[in-house]
Amino acid sequence: MPPKSLAKGKQAQAKPKATRPGKQKDGDDMTDAGDGTDGDGDWGNMTKTLVKPDDQLDLSEQELKEEFTRILTANNPHAPQNIVRYSFKEKQYKQTSSVDQLAIHFALDGNMIHKDSDEAQRQRAKLGIPEAQSDHAVSEAGEAASGAQGGEAEEGKDEGKDEQREEASTPAPTQTEGSSGGKKLTNQFNYSERASQTYNNPYRERGTATEPPPRAVFSSNVTQWEIYDAYQEDFEKQEKNKEKKVIPGRKEEDKTRKRLTITETSGDDISRISKAAKIIERMVNQNSYDDIAQDFRYWEDPADEYRESEGTLLPLWRFTYEKAKKLAVTSLCWNPKYKDLFAVSFGSYDFMKQAGGMILFYSLKNPSFPEYIYETDSGIMCLDVHPEHPYMVAVGFYDGSVGVFNVEKKDGPLHRCTAKNGKHTDPVWQVRWQKDDLENNHNFYSISSDGRIVHWTIIKNELTFQDVIKLNMPEAPAEGPDGTKIATIGCGTAFDFHKKNDYMFVVGTEEGKIHTCSKAYSSQFLDSMDAHNMAVYKVRWNPYHPDIYITCSADWTVKIWERTNKSASDKNDSTDTSAKKPLFTFDLNNSVGDVAWAPYSSTVFAAVTADGKVFAYDLNVNKYEPLCEQMVAQKKKTKLTHLEFNPQYPIVIVGDDRGTVTSCKLSPNLRKQPKEKKGVAAPDPAVREQQEIAKLDKILLMVRDPTDQKST
Amino acid sequence: MAEQTEEKKDTSESKRVHVYPLIRHSDMNDEMKTEAMELCVTACEKFSSNNENAARMIKDTMDKKFGASWHAIVGEGFGFEITHEVKNLLYMFFGGNCAICVWKCS
Repeated sequence: MPPKSLAKGKQAQAKPKATRPGKQKDGDDMTDAGDGTDGDGDWGNMTKTLVKPDDQLDLSEQELKEEFTRILTANNPHAPQNIVRYSFKEKQYKQTSSVDQLAIHFALDGNMIHKDSDEAQRQRAKLGIPEAQSDHAVSEAGEAASGAQGGEAEEGKDEGKDEQREEASTPAPTQTEGSSGGKKLTNQFNYSERASQTYNNPYRERGTATEPPPRAVFSSNVTQWEIYDAYQEDFEKQEKNKEKKVIPGRKEEDKTRKRLTITETSGDDISRISKAAKIIERMVNQNSYDDIAQDFRYWEDPADEYRESEGTLLPLWRFTYEKAKKLAVTSLCWNPKYKDLFAVSFGSYDFMKQAGGMILFYSLKNPSFPEYIYETDSGIMCLDVHPEHPYMVAVGFYDGSVGVFNVEKKDGPLHRCTAKNGKHTDPVWQVRWQKDDLENNHNFYSISSDGRIVHWTIIKNELTFQDVIKLNMPEAPAEGPDGTKIATIGCGTAFDFHKKNDYMFVVGTEEGKIHTCSKAYSSQFLDSMDAHNMAVYKVRWNPYHPDIYITCSADWTVKIWERTNKSASDKNDSTDTSAKKPLFTFDLNNSVGDVAWAPYSSTVFAAVTADGKVFAYDLNVNKYEPLCEQMVAQKKKTKLTHLEFNPQYPIVIVGDDRGTVTSCKLSPNLRKQPKEKKGVAAPDPAVREQQEIAKLDKILLMVRDPTDQKST
Repeated sequence: MAEQTEEKKDTSESKRVHVYPLIRHSDMNDEMKTEAMELCVTACEKFSSNNENAARMIKDTMDKKFGASWHAIVGEGFGFEITHEVKNLLYMFFGGNCAICVWKCS
């Protein structure tokens, strides 16, 4: 500042500014000095452009030539001229000659410094700018420095400048950069490293609300009398409870009921998944036995088309159960309602090796594990499923008792007879349900080696018995060692009820005799004959023909018989009824354990032998040789014990003495049926039955004894 | 009415005055119920003359045992309509003349 004011002073002195009358008025006022400098420039311009201010006075020549002499002095006109001060030296007041003429009207501190000044040097050294920089750069830097110093207004400078500034401050800056685009400088006050300028993820809000705990409203009133009444009521209740407690038993009953409900609920936990588990089990089985299931449904032996009188059995599923492996299959029975379900009883035919027994229910849908399992203390020798109530199963035990199981109840038999009420004294060989009697009671028959045939009836959850017949031998009573006479008794092993006349039944005995009996006569047989040389194992009526039945025996034979229509008197006339001849005799070369008619044809039957073979015959095709003779047992020593046709599907199940049940599919030749004429609807059952009977009769005609025929 | 009840009381008092705790209404589980009931009995016996203190004790103890925001009313005559959290209500009589209502609602 000082230099500038200095120059101004010079100007003022050099150019007398007397031309402006406005100024002249307060011409001695020093405050006008600044304006004067501005005016100086204007004057210069005016002379050139000749622009006059509007308020300029028009002066005549004379007036213009008139001279005013005024001298500008440096004296302050306002400064007092007569200042006196007391002088202690001269001990009097004296006028001071030196009056301060300086008057400061405006002062502004600049922030610029000269680049050559000491301060500039120091500043440069501090910022590290080398001395050798070009004037341009230095001035730029200076400007920046001054800008930075000057402050806050520069805060908004963009990042680009910062970057440039940084480069400038590096020890070896490039001059070209500065010259090309002008250096951008950092903002010292709001500066952040580039590396820290990362992208910040935007924030988002998310909220969830939980359900508030459930609430309820409750209201009541409390008064003294209400409290009193409540106590009174409660007290009365307590009194009543006390009275109840006096009666014993009821409480206990409640307890047991409670316990029952508890067990039920706990059982439910497991049983809840039992259905799903069963479905899964069956699905797994379906997968693992898929090929067998396909065979069961679709496989037909193609070789059958090229041979007339031969057939085969295709083994399908094999049913085994670990615990039943040491037991023999003692009987088989298909469930009348569910055609894939069958019951198997297990026991032992060995007199020396008697152990427990078992009943298993298998389904073709699950060959790997039984559906139901019942274990018993005594061997089970036979069983029968009720034809109308498929959950009722009658069984006969080795110890001579009979029992009834309900499949729906897992725990043990519903009924089991004891020594007190009619139990047999020898193994029960066969049981058979009968139609419900007139009072709708379930009833069944049993046959045992003790020679009794007993009729059992379930009356009000009790098993009552009635001896139907005793198999007395016609021979004279045997004489005991001490002279007492004991009536010899035949040992029944098998029986079968006539399909139509259900009062009539045939009985096979261990002595090889066949008795035809009636429920009506308990003392005497309708007919009796020596059929076999050894024990008869099975007797079965033909499903179609009312007079034909088949027997099998340990004497290696299967025989087919015709029931004689002779009355009892006629029988007496005939010379030897026991010498009656069978219509057919088949020798199977081994003990025949079971024989069964096929349900679909009157002429087809199958038998199993102790050497592990299944024989299938169709009398319509071959009266002398089996159509099929096939080894079914897996091991040579295994004996086949029983067989049963499925009532619907063309399969048989065969049981052996090692606890295995094998299912076999019959090839087409084994299940030939009369050809249906094309275009004609399938004959109704009655017609078909007649056809079947006629078919069998035709065959029988050929073998009947000519003399016999005459008599009939 | 009052006279009648008085008469009734007179006749019954000759029989017996019941003081045992009697649960009028509760939807708590058994464990909680017995604990709350015992607490109420203790509180009412301890502050037999000051229902306010009894209520405070019940409330504080229940807060400690079963979590915050329990409410308790102890009195001989009052009416109420409350909103409570399900399974957290006990309304009982005790001592023959005192009603206690404890519930939770936060």
